[in-house]
Amino acid sequence: MTEHPLMIQQKDRSDRPDDSGPATADSDLRLVGLTKSFGSFTAVDDLDLTIPQGSFFALLGPSGCGKTTTLRMVAGLERPTAGQVLIGQQDITLTKPYQRPVNTVFQSYALFPHLSVVENVEFGLRRRGRKNTRTSAMEALELVQLPQLANRRPGQLSGGQQQRIALARAIVNRPSVLLLDEPLGALDLKLRRQMQIELKRIQLEVGLTFVHVTHDQEEAMTMADTIAVMNAGVIEQLGDPAELYERPRTTFVANFLGQSNLLPGTVTGSDGDHVVVDVRGRSMRVLRSRCASQDGAVWFGVRPEKLRIVSEAAAVASGNELSGTVTDASFTGVSTQYLVRLPWDQEITVVQQNDGTAPLRPGQEVTVQWAPEHGFALDADQDAHAGEDLEDEPVPAGAAS
Amino acid sequence: MSAMAHGVAPGSQTGARTTASQRSSKTPYLLLLPGMLWLGVFFAIPMVFLASTSLQTGSLEQGYALTWHVQTYVDALQAYWPQFTRSIGYAASATVLGVLIGYPLAYAIAFKAGRFKNILLVLVIAPFFTSFLIRTLAWQTILTNNGPVVKFFQATHLIDVMQSLGLTSNDQLMASKFAVICGLTYNFLPFMTLPLYASLERVDQRLLEAAGDLYSSPFTAFRKITLPLSMPGLVAGTLLTFIPACGDYINSKLLGSTNTTMIGQVIDGQFLRVLDYPTAAALSFVLMITIVVLVAVYVRRAGTEELV
Repeated sequence: MTEHPLMIQQKDRSDRPDDSGPATADSDLRLVGLTKSFGSFTAVDDLDLTIPQGSFFALLGPSGCGKTTTLRMVAGLERPTAGQVLIGQQDITLTKPYQRPVNTVFQSYALFPHLSVVENVEFGLRRRGRKNTRTSAMEALELVQLPQLANRRPGQLSGGQQQRIALARAIVNRPSVLLLDEPLGALDLKLRRQMQIELKRIQLEVGLTFVHVTHDQEEAMTMADTIAVMNAGVIEQLGDPAELYERPRTTFVANFLGQSNLLPGTVTGSDGDHVVVDVRGRSMRVLRSRCASQDGAVWFGVRPEKLRIVSEAAAVASGNELSGTVTDASFTGVSTQYLVRLPWDQEITVVQQNDGTAPLRPGQEVTVQWAPEHGFALDADQDAHAGEDLEDEPVPAGAAS
Repeated sequence: MSAMAHGVAPGSQTGARTTASQRSSKTPYLLLLPGMLWLGVFFAIPMVFLASTSLQTGSLEQGYALTWHVQTYVDALQAYWPQFTRSIGYAASATVLGVLIGYPLAYAIAFKAGRFKNILLVLVIAPFFTSFLIRTLAWQTILTNNGPVVKFFQATHLIDVMQSLGLTSNDQLMASKFAVICGLTYNFLPFMTLPLYASLERVDQRLLEAAGDLYSSPFTAFRKITLPLSMPGLVAGTLLTFIPACGDYINSKLLGSTNTTMIGQVIDGQFLRVLDYPTAAALSFVLMITIVVLVAVYVRRAGTEELV
């Protein structure tokens, strides 16, 4: 890939003569005790978060979890009830949106219909009295690969093109933080996948801090370095995508990111690196590092694709196994999803790769096995169904305009 | 028709389809017909008569004959030139005042009125429930000598300022340029406010958030986003005010004096009192052409062809 004019390389940044402070903290975005209440409803509750400069950060959660409100407080479009927003050492909590080194890619794109594409991109630069705005705008349009549309009006562009122009219009200003509010929400599935890759490429190329708000867990996992899963105004868990998926700390995260089978269990002891959990009379072992709770009642969890299904006859006894009856099989192409009814009438989901093994039929007795490093244990105080069936919620009205 | 298509030979099916498509291609013309007839009978034909009248000579007693007497135009313009320019000046002043009053009003109704929006809109239209004549007569009462408005102007010496500007005379507000322009502004204000409201109301507030995000202060956002996007309303409003105000003769008749006579009054007098039909027709034509030219230049300058 050719070197782009807008690119900031990591080493260039550390070579800058004025870069005397600690290398990491010069323009990190920090939210300190950030709270927003609307009447008696608390949308964002005492949020503390540090987003390192240059990272691609995702705020993931269902509608109404407070992620968009958080974003709007960073943009200055909403005034916090309490707490602070800082960029580096600079407190921007009370500054007006137009005084902040922050730009937003809006869900509705909000392109100015009376200006041409290139005038839209130039808009922020001109307001700040920059020179050579046309050249910078054209460079930004090249970055999003649409320089040929410079003289069109936004109304003449497709949704995907408008989305890129909105991105160029924000990026061209080189903000300390770029906010993306469900930027792909109004695009169809195929275009969305394509834009995810594109957004990630652009972020790596320009090296700006991206804060991306989304309700789509796959979108967050594809693009972000770090994800904060939000629910009911608080952050449930923070981490890189693999960490969140492999080691959820709450039932909400376990269900909202992918699918989980959660079984009721009790911690009965330990065995070296492993914790022993009793699930309805069967002893299961799970790595200690994968236990959010290590004593008393727990939810014992395992992801559907981590389960191995073997027919009753072929089963080889190992520690972590359960037997049950297949009640449903749905073929999805690369894999088959089975529902297996356990002796205590709970159904678990098992996903098997279609690797040539003979398909199972409903009614068949099977044994389900998994490795101790694939299970996890969560505090039993939580609702086992929290976060289920939320990811496919429709985008709020008005997003598609 | 569907029964036919099901039952009979393929040939007649095609026939049925052709009739249907022919019928649908005629529909737009059929829909245009009533309007076109109306325009033809009540606009185009009278225009031809008017044009013909303006080039005739003769008298009421002996009858008129078409003699292509172009001199009528020259004479009429020479005689009534001051009334012409005055009309355009008054109409332009009323239009500018209309923008200054109507824009903030429409802006407030569109963005700041909240649940009072509909009530305010009704109030804007409310004057139409009484006749144009009555509304203008009401201004006579408002501006009447010894009335509270005059007293206020006298007490604050604003009357002296207006007198020195030539807007009023004789220590009164009535029978002055000021009164006529006030009347015109008032009577045409709804025509300014409503189109402005309609186009402001359509401005997406999220665009203003985006402008703020892109380093625009609220004032810059207004100048760069709201104002350009409300241009169609502004153009429509100014045209709806300026064009009828140019030809108006009620306001100057009821609120003005012989020094504020507008061209509409002259045409009215020539047609109905002097009975000099050729001069009246010629003046009507000149007024119409002047307005068409001014409007064409204005619309082109405003550059809103694609937005209107």
